[in-house]
Amino acid sequence: MSETKKMLYINRNAPYGTIYALEGLEVVLIGAAFEQDVSMAFIGDGVYQILKGQDTSDSDMKNFSPTYNALGDYEVTKLYVEQESLDERGLTVDDLMPLVYEDEDDDWAEKPSIVVLSRTELAGVMAGQDVLFNF
Amino acid sequence: MAIELNGKTYETDEEGYLADLSQWDEDIATYMANDDDIELTDAHWEVINFLREYYEEYQIAPAVRVLTKAIGKKLGKDKGNSKYLYQLFPYGPAKQACKFGGLPKPTGCV
Amino acid sequence: MLHTVNKSPYRSDSLKLCMAYMQSGDMVLLIEDGVYAAMKGGSSEALVSGSSAKVYALGPDLKARGIGSDKLIDGIEVVGFDGFVNLAAENDKVQSWL
Repeated sequence: MSETKKMLYINRNAPYGTIYALEGLEVVLIGAAFEQDVSMAFIGDGVYQILKGQDTSDSDMKNFSPTYNALGDYEVTKLYVEQESLDERGLTVDDLMPLVYEDEDDDWAEKPSIVVLSRTELAGVMAGQDVLFNF
Repeated sequence: MAIELNGKTYETDEEGYLADLSQWDEDIATYMANDDDIELTDAHWEVINFLREYYEEYQIAPAVRVLTKAIGKKLGKDKGNSKYLYQLFPYGPAKQACKFGGLPKPTGCV
Repeated sequence: MLHTVNKSPYRSDSLKLCMAYMQSGDMVLLIEDGVYAAMKGGSSEALVSGSSAKVYALGPDLKARGIGSDKLIDGIEVVGFDGFVNLAAENDKVQSWL
């Protein structure tokens, strides 16, 4: 097999109005089987994907927000959220689901997956990737 | 496609997975297992129930790699390995146990 | 006239244009991703709070997206599917800003 590639999945769409968010999440989970260095970024309306308290019980749609909690099991432990996108929407990190992963190398200690970065910092993360995907 | 059992009709997809998760019961699990020449033991049920709980919490059926690790953590290292799980479910622990558990085919199953 | 908007105000100019076309007595109903415009504190808030039109938002779409009543801009009225039907019935025309 080839060496590990750094892959960043960039999520720019709100969860239910279009199929992008769900499709993107499924691609991340499938891609994680190939044991690459996978991370995700939430920018623009993408930050709405991980908003707390989603409840589709009155709508004819599947609530897939619990699936973001499984990303840690798939070794996707870096979820970058852009500060400017939160600010523009009047949101703070407390409005987001408290997503965590269990660190196998640290006695399964729970650690936060969400990292809030400025646009400049996130641009740096993007520059350091081998492959970028937009959803 | 559909399976008729005890006067109840279970709709399935072309690969034999239940179309409607809410229709699942232990009878259909036993029936599907017998169809694959497997008699369900407590060891099988432990894995099936684990998968059903995982689905309930995360709304996905885990890929086999994830399942193996998670089983190891929850039920012990002697069970969290491919050899043990493939003995129970020879056609693939995630795929086959998900089918018996009434869950969709695992996400990330290629 | 009833105007419906189904796009996020951060991804589309639908709401901005809709509000610019508002006539006396018109109403706006936010649906689907349009309900993100009902959240307070965002940069699009002035589009809603600065309008003289009555603004409604569809409850099931708010709930699906995790937007609780405590996060709504003051003055927005939440309606269900039945309320949507009533609004459409009581207005002579409906314009959908897609």
